[in-house]
Amino acid sequence: MKTVKQIKIDVDKCNGCRACETICSAFHAVPKYSSTNPERSRIRVLFDPLKNIYVPVIAGEYTEAECNGRNIYTINEREYDECAFCRASCPSRDLFKEPDSGLPLKCDMCEEREPEEGPLCVEWCINDALTYEEKEEEGEEEEKPGEMEIGLESLVKKYGMKTVKDTLARMAKG
Amino acid sequence: MRYAETGVNLEIDLSRGSIDREASDPRLTELHLGGLGTNAKILWDRVPPEVDPFSPDNLLIFSAGLLAGTPATGANRTIVSTLSPQTLFMAYSIMGGFWAPELKFAGYDKVIIRGKSPNLVYLWINDDKVEIRDASHLRGKSSLETAEFIRQELKEPKAQVATIGLAGENRVYFASIEQGRSSASRGGIGAVMGDKGLKAIAVRGKKDLNIARPDEFMGLCNEVLQYIQFRRDNPIKGVPPILAGIGSPQEMAIHDEQWHTTSFSWGNARYRRKDFWTKETAKKWKRIQDKAVERLISCYNCPMECGALIAHPSLGLSKYMMKCYSKLTYVMGAMADDLEFGFKIAGDAQGYGVDSYTTPQVMAFTIELYENGILTDKDLPGFPSKNEERFFYLLEKIVRREGIGDVLANGVYWAARQIGKGAEEYDHNTIKKQEQIPIKLGMLNPIYYIMWSTGEKVNITQIEGQLPQAPFLAKELREEFVREWPQIPTGKEKRFKQFILEWGDEGKGLPFWPPLDLVFDLVEWQETMHYIDDATGICAGLSSFPIKPPYHIHNLPKLISSATGLDIDEDRLWEIAKRNRNLLRAINIRKGMRRKDERPPDDHWRKRFPEFEAELHDKYYKFKGWNNEGIPTKETLNELGLDYVSQDFEQRGVYKEKKVKVAKQDSTKSEEEKVAKKGSKKEKSQGNKQ
Repeated sequence: MKTVKQIKIDVDKCNGCRACETICSAFHAVPKYSSTNPERSRIRVLFDPLKNIYVPVIAGEYTEAECNGRNIYTINEREYDECAFCRASCPSRDLFKEPDSGLPLKCDMCEEREPEEGPLCVEWCINDALTYEEKEEEGEEEEKPGEMEIGLESLVKKYGMKTVKDTLARMAKG
Repeated sequence: MRYAETGVNLEIDLSRGSIDREASDPRLTELHLGGLGTNAKILWDRVPPEVDPFSPDNLLIFSAGLLAGTPATGANRTIVSTLSPQTLFMAYSIMGGFWAPELKFAGYDKVIIRGKSPNLVYLWINDDKVEIRDASHLRGKSSLETAEFIRQELKEPKAQVATIGLAGENRVYFASIEQGRSSASRGGIGAVMGDKGLKAIAVRGKKDLNIARPDEFMGLCNEVLQYIQFRRDNPIKGVPPILAGIGSPQEMAIHDEQWHTTSFSWGNARYRRKDFWTKETAKKWKRIQDKAVERLISCYNCPMECGALIAHPSLGLSKYMMKCYSKLTYVMGAMADDLEFGFKIAGDAQGYGVDSYTTPQVMAFTIELYENGILTDKDLPGFPSKNEERFFYLLEKIVRREGIGDVLANGVYWAARQIGKGAEEYDHNTIKKQEQIPIKLGMLNPIYYIMWSTGEKVNITQIEGQLPQAPFLAKELREEFVREWPQIPTGKEKRFKQFILEWGDEGKGLPFWPPLDLVFDLVEWQETMHYIDDATGICAGLSSFPIKPPYHIHNLPKLISSATGLDIDEDRLWEIAKRNRNLLRAINIRKGMRRKDERPPDDHWRKRFPEFEAELHDKYYKFKGWNNEGIPTKETLNELGLDYVSQDFEQRGVYKEKKVKVAKQDSTKSEEEKVAKKGSKKEKSQGNKQ
């Protein structure tokens, strides 16, 4: 059995305050809480206030390629771009990338916190647009790659292993 | 490294088209914190009193509060300061929303604008890239359209835009600066922006904002958030629903408007309708509001949902975002019983960018002049017969400065003097030339008397807070109220609690109770908390305005210290607020403000006590360390490190002026008439140019 952690998003309860972005970026700063920058947040609220579109999106996998087509979802008379629900850090948009390095960001469910505490974005959303759930599912627990590994992996995908190796070697020398 | 602030201001000269980045002096943060405090310092240093509000030498300063953009809940306010064309004193107006945090993330604390652009322009701040861009295609566009246009043009949906509408372009004295769900509306700062030829400032930031002592700071922020939750679950008992919670009055979420509609005045601040709120009205208004409010919305990093997205097909209007009391100001000004009218006209007014306090009062004033034959069909050709339609008619005239609108666009005070023919008699709700919340009451309240008279912001909602508006009748409610009241300043607990416990008892009623020393302490507490918020950029709705707020004099020094790395305790914070308060006053004193200007309208209360009021003035001024004209004394200023102010006062002979005993506003008329005439002529010549 494995534990699946889930953040449930109720778009109707979101007021667009972006407290989730604030606390996420502060928590993941090094040292912890030493700075704030929503651009580094692993959750972003996509909103178009006058169209009543408020969608908190949580950073998922990095992808090298963008989609070929785009769909439009119409829900309760509101039109959403397909990307509105997409969690990928992807070449087609500047979402979920470190602003300085461009490295992809991915939600880690605040795993550094105590297990019972859950993710901070949920704790700071006191209007319950975000709620947290854990459930047991069939299957094996996967070993999760560390942050450095995710970052390096994306560099390898982008530039190839050789270039990354050479660059690292050069940097180590200098 | 600078913490909580960026340490960089943008200096923009629109006459020369120059853009400079200036490091700010960290010593000024220690003395004034930021926001309003450092704005005042800049205005004192760089804008001498001879400068006309519409001179290129006037500065228009947009400042993020010191804590704006940090994880402190509700720290999101932009403080805009300049010289006001309406009051001729310093204007400062504050907006929430998302603009200030974005400015911080772009790497700046303030945008300081001087000069005038020959063509309409907008400013685009994109981290290190700052551009002055042509805005001629945005001329006349509504505030919401402008923001949308700019975002599309820049291909930056995340850019935050502060903009004026048509009213600002036409220098309406009560033009606002709009920012989607928030606005800085008081004192005509939108007119100064328009005069400078600046349509909007768009900003986008992707940088880090640093915190000095992260763990300590976050611990305090978590406590604040927990207290917000606690206060939401525990509304204050024994007060009207609209006052029981925190945030700015929750008028988008709460339907019960009995308190506002029956306590405040309707029309031109004339009529109290104590029996307005019936069961039928409650039902009807709830239905209208439920239809109109599509979503409750918040400012940056705040759960309070004081605003709403307003839309409904049956209202036949485009969507906009509304907050707070603007829901009622037009309805009550027009004596319209229809909430739907309020939602409709407030949307148009926001598009044009006008203040929703002043505008309905100017309109109600105009209707009174018309009904009393002072204005005629010649002045108001085709004036409709229904008040609601008249309001729409006047809105169009005012924002375009068309016909009589050119005079009305100067606000009630100046319009009354320009129209003459007895119109001055109908100007009965202004203080320091600015329209006030329409409240006309019975018995004089000494606490409010002082706040209305001596507040630098003039607007009462920016001075009052912390206290219930009326005594609790039941003893149990009083006892419950004082049981947990951690917000009181150190050393004042016993006396403030005693005040609540006794208020309303036999012989313990206003105006001659409580004793003056307690009255003064209560006033100073309320006002000081606002001065702190105006410097930190924490929303008054979570701090200085409501009863039992999450931010108070005990946690604010710690929050400020751990965020900035400064070492500030309760006493020092109090002293900073006092310094800022005296500096603001000094700017106005240098602009000619004196005791004669510091009085509520004659009919503000039915029962007045001239001798007692004079005593309140005398003794409160003394309590504040001001002389009998309300001028901060040399000793007061020097103690606060404001020696340069007292020296300036001495050079200008401010302390040596012959004291004129003024009993009535009328005796200053001749001087003011001169100014009014000058204003009107100037307006005309400037009006022609446009």
